[in-house]
Amino acid sequence: MAQAIQSREPVSGTATSPKKRRRSFVLDLYGTAVGKKYAMAITGIMLLGFVFAHMVGNLKMYLGPQDFNHYAEFLRELLVPILPRTVVLWLMRGGLFLAVVVHIHAAYGLTRLNRRARSVKYQSPRDYQVASFASRTMRWTGIIVFLFVLWHLADLTWGFANAVGNDGSFVRGDAYGNVVRSLERVPVAVLYIVANIALGIHLFHGVWSLFQSLGWNNPRFNKWRRQLATGFATIIVVGNVSFPIAVLAGIVGK
Amino acid sequence: MNAAHGNHLTNLTLKIWRQTGPSDPGKFESYRIDSISDEASFLEMLDVLNEKLIAEGREAIVFDHDCREGICGTCSLMIDGQAHGPQRGTATCQLHMRKFHSDQEIVIEPWRATAFPIIKDLMVNRTAFDRIIEQGGFITAPTGGAPDANLIPVAKPVADAAMDAAECIGCGACVAACPNGAANLFTGAKVAHLNLLPQGQAERWSRVEAMVEAMDEQFGSCTNHGECEAACPKSISIDVIALMNRDYLKAKVKNRKLIAQI
Amino acid sequence: MTALDSKIPDGAIADKWDNYKTGMKLVNPNNKRKFKIIVVGSGLAGASAAASLAELGYQVDVFTFHDSPRRAHSIAAQGGINAAKNYHGDGDSIHRLFYDTVKGGDFRSREANVYRLAQVSVDIIDQMVAQGVPFAREYGGLLDNRSFGGAQVSRTFYARGQTGQQLLLGAYQQLARQIGLGNVRLFNRCELVDTVVIDGQCAGIVVRDLVNGEITSHAAHATVLATGGYGNVFFLSTNAMNCNVTAAWRAHRNGAYFANPCYTQIHPTCIPQADDTQSKLTLMSESLRNDGRVWVPKNLGETRPANEIPEDDRDYYLERLYPSFGNLAPRDISSRAAKRAVDSGRGVGPLKNGVYLDFAAAIGRLGKEVVQERYGNLFEMYERIAGENPYDVPMRIYPASHYTMGGLWVDYELMTTIPGLYCAGEANFSDHGANRLGASALMQGLADGYFVLPYTIGNYLAPMLNKPIPGVDHPGFLAAEAEARGRYQRYLDIKGTRSPDWFHRELGKIIWDYCGMERTEQGLQKALSELPPLYEEFQKDLRVTGDGASTNQTLEKAGRVDDFFQLGMLMCRDALERRESAGGHFRAEYQDEEGEAQRDDENFAHVAAWEWTGDPMHAIRNVEELEFETIHLAKRSYK
Ligand SMILES: Cc1cc2nc3c(=O)[nH]c(=O)nc-3n(C[C@H](O)[C@H](O)[C@H](O)COP(=O)(O)OP(=O)(O)OC[C@H]3O[C@@H](n4cnc5c(N)ncnc54)[C@H](O)[C@@H]3O)c2cc1C
Ligand code: HEM
Ligand code: HEM
Ligand code: SF4
Ligand code: F3S
Ligand code: FES
Repeated sequence: MAQAIQSREPVSGTATSPKKRRRSFVLDLYGTAVGKKYAMAITGIMLLGFVFAHMVGNLKMYLGPQDFNHYAEFLRELLVPILPRTVVLWLMRGGLFLAVVVHIHAAYGLTRLNRRARSVKYQSPRDYQVASFASRTMRWTGIIVFLFVLWHLADLTWGFANAVGNDGSFVRGDAYGNVVRSLERVPVAVLYIVANIALGIHLFHGVWSLFQSLGWNNPRFNKWRRQLATGFATIIVVGNVSFPIAVLAGIVGK
Repeated sequence: MNAAHGNHLTNLTLKIWRQTGPSDPGKFESYRIDSISDEASFLEMLDVLNEKLIAEGREAIVFDHDCREGICGTCSLMIDGQAHGPQRGTATCQLHMRKFHSDQEIVIEPWRATAFPIIKDLMVNRTAFDRIIEQGGFITAPTGGAPDANLIPVAKPVADAAMDAAECIGCGACVAACPNGAANLFTGAKVAHLNLLPQGQAERWSRVEAMVEAMDEQFGSCTNHGECEAACPKSISIDVIALMNRDYLKAKVKNRKLIAQI
Repeated sequence: MTALDSKIPDGAIADKWDNYKTGMKLVNPNNKRKFKIIVVGSGLAGASAAASLAELGYQVDVFTFHDSPRRAHSIAAQGGINAAKNYHGDGDSIHRLFYDTVKGGDFRSREANVYRLAQVSVDIIDQMVAQGVPFAREYGGLLDNRSFGGAQVSRTFYARGQTGQQLLLGAYQQLARQIGLGNVRLFNRCELVDTVVIDGQCAGIVVRDLVNGEITSHAAHATVLATGGYGNVFFLSTNAMNCNVTAAWRAHRNGAYFANPCYTQIHPTCIPQADDTQSKLTLMSESLRNDGRVWVPKNLGETRPANEIPEDDRDYYLERLYPSFGNLAPRDISSRAAKRAVDSGRGVGPLKNGVYLDFAAAIGRLGKEVVQERYGNLFEMYERIAGENPYDVPMRIYPASHYTMGGLWVDYELMTTIPGLYCAGEANFSDHGANRLGASALMQGLADGYFVLPYTIGNYLAPMLNKPIPGVDHPGFLAAEAEARGRYQRYLDIKGTRSPDWFHRELGKIIWDYCGMERTEQGLQKALSELPPLYEEFQKDLRVTGDGASTNQTLEKAGRVDDFFQLGMLMCRDALERRESAGGHFRAEYQDEEGEAQRDDENFAHVAAWEWTGDPMHAIRNVEELEFETIHLAKRSYK
């Protein structure tokens, strides 16, 4: 007999809840997923800028030790004497650090939100139509890149992962030598290559995606977004992967 | 009338999700369709199966459907891992068996999203969408006292763009297809429809803010996978998501300005 | 026979509505919230009424068996909505719309209601545009119009092929706002299973929760039924699968008269049935007839594919028979013409059950782009269903049950014969007489909901201020609840051998064959002899699997088919008693030498309003005489 399980309530007054107090603009924006995507996109762009400049700078490797080390030195000399030595560099480092922190924090927040949004997964295999491998692996490629950077810093900035070179140890200031010493080690070279491919995949989707996230959508340039992303990712990967290969091939070396 | 013409598909295996209620874990069960005309729609194929089940004294499979013309948005179904099945821009009820072939196994699962709890078998509760509309998916124009319809001309391209977005049938395929369970296409479509029209300007900023925040409470976020657009029976473009994002940022700035002026 | 008072206000036809509004009683704004109004149905009529009443300040409860108000069947309307705006200066006017509607209805509708409909039609467009309905525009940014069957002016506003969708979404959004504000309580997935009358007044309704089977009562000062049409009595129709007559029928059983059930509309342009698993038929908007040309091969047994049949071997029968209206002849006329063509053996398609609707000429004249712009999505829909591309091969169409002009009898205030029970939209019989013109149902639904009910209900409620109404614990409610529980339990207990759908199909066949496009004395007699035994079998041999305590669509269907059976009998009786041909009701015995419908204004210029007696076979036929003061009755000619 239709003994009702639990009665359902009618729907009413769903839009009457008192509006929550406004937090400061940034927090308020960051409070929603759309806002977090703005944060990801903007920090993403900062990181893009760095990765690009960094890649270009590293190209000086092909001009030999002097130029390369001068470049490393030049970074530290920026805006001297207006500002004391390395200040600008530290400012940039600070910016980068902040960007990475925000980027990861947002990524983490969104990932949790998405998991909550589908607490029970599909029980049969999905047949994705357009979602690319890149778009579905952002988290993993991102994490790989992150871990790489940690190792990378230990290797070439702080140096304690560099000391195991076949001749002697990490020499502060001799960026060129450090790079060569490090990349001569096949496993390290492989790590660099893998990490940069992961980065490339991350960017392949990321650079396209940020236009949507920032609401930069315009029939005039929409068709270029994909090409731009592909181009950018390729340049970064080709550039960065060339270094370990060049070192192993002896093109760059003593 | 005879069904002599047209071809028949034979020996179909259906793996269908059965779940007696929200609390039941549920499981797949297999059913067989010996022969079905390729003129039949996918749901008519399920009708045939249900008739068979009733004849065997078993409970019919519960699934949502109504207009069967692809306009009411009641039908759903994840068919072989695709929301609304294999045909682009087509709702399940408009999918026909000529898109399948004999001896095929077809897997049918309900939409899966925390905001769309399963009611029974393949039927889910999509009222989460109504909550989003109730927050701001409207233009406040109480009955009576509206100005003459031709008072405010609307440029044809604008009217057309608004119409493109307004075609959304509220089926939920975007959420079902989205790897993140995001409702950005649905919400973006309504924001675009109303925010593009001159009539919608007065509430433009409060609307997008309220709707995005309502969406946030129940759905996932958008990584721009684009699966939603591919699954949408009205092929609504993810451009509407970009438009919503843009308006949302502007809204945050604008509304703060308004408050500041007080 | 009780006399029916249609409460038509005095004065010249053009002043009646104003006179009514001046004379009516009002409820003071602060007192409005003391009144509870139930609205059943969230289609154009229901949603617009509920939203407007809530805006006025009444407490409104909305019930729908859908999961969301936006799914109501109004969503499926394609072609457009009429309004006497005369934006195109082609001589349209309120009076012309009024005249066209009365004439289109074959002079079987109530002048005063129709005139009011024409009057408020202009406000509807203003209201919907203000709500953001993206009607089609011209390049100048002004609203575009198209012409529709039965009219010689362009007065139809449209939004691509989805006018009903856009209008319903407009009304739904307005309703959603009121729900959000807490002025409306929405009961979704709840089906009305009975109306309750206490001391001669409608006290409220009994509903069944489709999710958990719970049966509950709801009391109110006034109740509105906006529950749509009963076209699904034919089983195969263009209506949505869940459209049903239950709400109206239950009201009828409680004393509301049911008017003109035999006035059903067969739509000329639907996709022909493809096979016998067919569950419903799909409409191709009539607007297609603006540019499509209808034809069949001249020769019997024609075997060539359409494009290979030369012009001289084609019979553009509508253009031949009705030169001035041609392919835009009204629905009933075009439908019968198609039926004759197919019956004559010249039908096209694999089952020879259709006629061609050809766009070759239009594509040649306007170019593919323009045709695509106008009908693109309809063409896609056709291709999805029929698997043929209408840009290359002509469409195949055939008439199908589409709309029901008949419905609960209502007076000028849209009140049924039960005080406090109102009926709006397709569910009532009011404005379309024996045949509805294209694009007039959306107009009527919105007119009822936006611009009529909000006034007339106040007039009824005003005197009830601060008077108590029966609560849901009143024996009247408890009895109705018990009856409903018993009924649904019975369906489960029969444990026969046949499903509700099987019975529905059989019922549909009988109604379609004998009470469809063409009706005869013998046919109707035959139907009336076949229906009762089938209904008895239904009550003995029905099989409903599953239980009543969770979602059970088989059980829902059983309840609906039960009511369809009873309605079906009444339909046939009404068709039998109406010994004339009028609009959608075509009695083969009553036609002129050219096969056109022949009215009998002497004896049948009236509304037949049926009174429940406990058995549809013995319902009592009351009449409301129709006076035509403004329009003089004329032969309805579209030559
Ligand atoms: C395919 C098609 C195309 C059409 N095209 C046009 C057109 O171009 N122009 C035009 O003017 N007209 C058109 N019509 C007619 C028009 O769409 C309908 O007549 C009109 O929309 C009916 O609206 P309504 O509000 O009266 O009922 P509906 O929109 O049918 O709404 C009925 C409501 O009542 C609810 N309901 C029903 N029974 C119950 C119950 N027992 N308990 C609880 N709730 C219940 C339903 O849930 C629904 O919400 C078309 C109709 C069809 C089928
Ligand atoms: C440090 C670890 C990193 C993690 C964990 C990470 C994670 C992610 C994730 C999960 C997204 C998708 C966000 C979403 O759309 O939901 C994303 C987007 C993006 N990431 Fe990263 N990422 C990392 C590093 C980087 C780096 C180093 C760069 C650039 C060089 C970068 C550039 C981008 C860009 C441009 C986007 C697109 C933002 C958008 O969709 O709007 N990320 N990242
Ligand atoms: C094969 C490619 C790369 C090479 C050869 C390389 C080389 C270097 C070198 C030599 C330094 C030290 C600079 C100095 O201390 O003066 C450095 C620092 C750094 N690199 Fe790379 N790098 C590579 C790829 C990357 C990538 C892909 C990232 C990030 C996604 C990255 C992030 C950094 C960071 C964050 C620093 C620290 C910068 C600072 O000192 O502030 N590098 N890199
Ligand atoms: S956006 Fe498309 S997929 Fe999403 S609800 Fe609307 S119609 Fe369905
Ligand atoms: S698929 Fe999902 S991630 Fe965004 S683009 Fe569509 S909502
Ligand atoms: S049933 Fe209406 S859209 Fe599929």
